[in-house]
Amino acid sequence: MKFKEQHIISMREFSREMIDHILDAAEKMEPIAHGKQKSDLLAGKVLAVLFFEPSTRTRMSFETAMLRLGGDVLNLGSVDASSIAKGETLADTIRVVDGYVDAIVLRHPKEGAAQLASEFAKVPILNAGDGAGHHPTQTLLDLYTIRRESHLDGLKIALAGDLKYGRTVHSLCYALSLYGAQITLISPKELRMPDEIISDIIARGAKIIETDSIEDAINDVDVLYMTRIQKERFPDPAEYQKVANKLKITIETLKDVKPELKIMHPLPRVNEIDTKIDDTPHACYFKQAFYGVPVRMALLGLVLGAIE
Amino acid sequence: MTDIETELRVRRIENGTVIDHITAGKALNVLKILGLPDSSHGVVSVLINSHGEYGKKDVVKIENRELKVKEVDRIALIAPNATINIIRNFNVTSKNKVHIPSFVEDVVECINPNCISNSDEPITSKFKVDTENACLKLRCFYCGRVISENIAEQLL
Repeated sequence: MKFKEQHIISMREFSREMIDHILDAAEKMEPIAHGKQKSDLLAGKVLAVLFFEPSTRTRMSFETAMLRLGGDVLNLGSVDASSIAKGETLADTIRVVDGYVDAIVLRHPKEGAAQLASEFAKVPILNAGDGAGHHPTQTLLDLYTIRRESHLDGLKIALAGDLKYGRTVHSLCYALSLYGAQITLISPKELRMPDEIISDIIARGAKIIETDSIEDAINDVDVLYMTRIQKERFPDPAEYQKVANKLKITIETLKDVKPELKIMHPLPRVNEIDTKIDDTPHACYFKQAFYGVPVRMALLGLVLGAIE
Repeated sequence: MTDIETELRVRRIENGTVIDHITAGKALNVLKILGLPDSSHGVVSVLINSHGEYGKKDVVKIENRELKVKEVDRIALIAPNATINIIRNFNVTSKNKVHIPSFVEDVVECINPNCISNSDEPITSKFKVDTENACLKLRCFYCGRVISENIAEQLL
């Protein structure tokens, strides 16, 4: 399987075989990610981290991944203090940085920015989120978390929250459909998963159930994936409160769930998961955040040709 | 209709292209795609809502210009049933139906205002063309947004 010098732009490019290959590589990286084992796999390599909008967790996790493998990181820093503030195009920025480094991680507010970058770069581009478009490394770390903490084959998963605008859940659904998962979609009707995505993922092999109640779905699933409902989507704050409180889980919500149920969340959370759940064996969101490191280590190792 | 009336409404051309069977009402969009009349040295004639064998249609005649394959492909996006007739010395030397291309570049703009192709970057818009279920869909190569209706309104 050839990942060397490949761009990582969208989950649509990935087959199940490719995903499994990356997750296998990530598993081998875990002791290094924990700092229990030293590595100089990427010694002498430099990674540029170009974040045109803030995302602290994603940025730090890429930086950690590179540093743990003995490589170096070049950070664009604040956009306000860079040439972008002078009006430089993304294409020119990429062409310049391309000459300095061995790979580029790009976060950009415009959809399609990573695709554009890949046309102007000779080194691999890793998409760390482009607007409401794609965020493939988030999906890969979600899949890795599910595989490590639960199981991907025969999975019953519920996705709750803003399913209309949430790119995280859209990409995750596409990937889970490759594994024939049974997916329960939980959202208020205003924030339903778009119909075209539902029909796409059914066509790809997923089984779909829709509901607006967490309680109706939670007792039968292996994984509950919570997402934040964004307040700014609602013109009336009272409407937001009604919906936000309906999709909140507490210890009480979990009284009849499977003992092995895992709760995930891409973070940051607001009030959708009661903090009392953090200390239960169901809570998986902080581990999920950590798993971004071995997954990104695996991707960097693969695209830079240090591993196959 | 007398010969002189016919001549006035639909003048034969000596050399050039006749685009026939354009979806009624779409002739002006065809002109837009071809950059007409600015890019032609001859006369451009347009018939709108002409009576054809299968109902109303539009027809465009362009003197002294033979269309290139790439131009013909673009026309297919808004007039999938059009035929292209090349005229030489008043005779039709070739008659072909347009075919829908699988990829178009620099023809339409993306409907997504947040798409990188709608910013000041040195790129042209690109779309994959999907004709599944007899419905034409253009998927933006950059952001993935699909245009399935009112394609003519997005023409560049």
